[in-house]
Amino acid sequence: MNFLAQHMELVWCIIGCTLVTAIPRVLPVMYLRAEKLPPLLRHWLSFVPVSVMAALLASQIFYYNDKFDPTPGNLYLVAALPSLLVAWKTKSFFGTIIFAMLLVAGARFFGLY
Amino acid sequence: MPSPISAGVRRALPIVLGYVPVGFAFGVLAVKSQIPPALAVVMSVLLFAGSGQFVIAGLWGAGVGAASVVVAVFVVNLRHLLMSAALAEYLAPLKRWQRFLFGCELTDETFGVHIGAFQKGWQLATATLYSCNVTAHSAWVGGTALGVFCGELVTDVRPLGLDYALTAMFLALLVPQCVSRLHVVTALLAGVLSLGFKIAGMGQWNVVMATVLAACAGTCLLARQNRRPPEEHA
Repeated sequence: MNFLAQHMELVWCIIGCTLVTAIPRVLPVMYLRAEKLPPLLRHWLSFVPVSVMAALLASQIFYYNDKFDPTPGNLYLVAALPSLLVAWKTKSFFGTIIFAMLLVAGARFFGLY
Repeated sequence: MPSPISAGVRRALPIVLGYVPVGFAFGVLAVKSQIPPALAVVMSVLLFAGSGQFVIAGLWGAGVGAASVVVAVFVVNLRHLLMSAALAEYLAPLKRWQRFLFGCELTDETFGVHIGAFQKGWQLATATLYSCNVTAHSAWVGGTALGVFCGELVTDVRPLGLDYALTAMFLALLVPQCVSRLHVVTALLAGVLSLGFKIAGMGQWNVVMATVLAACAGTCLLARQNRRPPEEHA
């Protein structure tokens, strides 16, 4: 109890953060009835997965060492191009991930980055 | 044919590769930010939120008050509202408390692998959903515990390419999403907007704003395409 009393503000902070993390995750999947939504909204939702993944991916590959870097000096970006090709051509999920990681590890091993 | 539980563990494997080192990095940062080790692990158990927890550690270390931290975390988490809504259709056969349990472990990465499976026509198996989520969650908590208690032991995961595991996974998930020219255009737009917002300094908002706008554009283009008579299709 002494430990909790000592870190009271942080404990309340964690409780608050737990609530604001869980609520957006659970409410839609618990209460949204997709079949009752208007068709326009259902179409909109069907574009959410592709959009959210592209938004996440773009901000990951264009930032290297926490800086915006659209140059060939950005290993994440350089490795993404052949990896996209492999994903498209082979359609292999695990194969693409292993290829991309090997590319990054290899470029570092050979001192290119 | 693997059992539903081992299918879920398998589905979580690329996530595990990424979560252990990132959880480890969070653990190291938490200790540096004056968060007690036990509470850092509790955070990983209760929150299970990569970007959210990094925001907490960063702000807490900078001496920001609890209320402001909670607001910042809420903004970072808004994107999960959209992911949860996109999964609702597929998870409708589950009971409400089952959807609650599933939602608690919804992250960018678990969303990605599950929606990918559903879109490929995967037959819903509850055990697979949960075993995947629990495996990913355990990797996150385990990585955090390692970082908190033995942060000095491991030096650098970069030579193994582990810092690229989650990026590679999103890449492998995104490509099969691009089923039509319309989806490719939407993806490109989302990527450009997300980058633009991030460069413009809208740090926590970039993903959710880019997703909302790009999905609107995709819907408009789809409506226009459907209005056009078929012979005009290029």
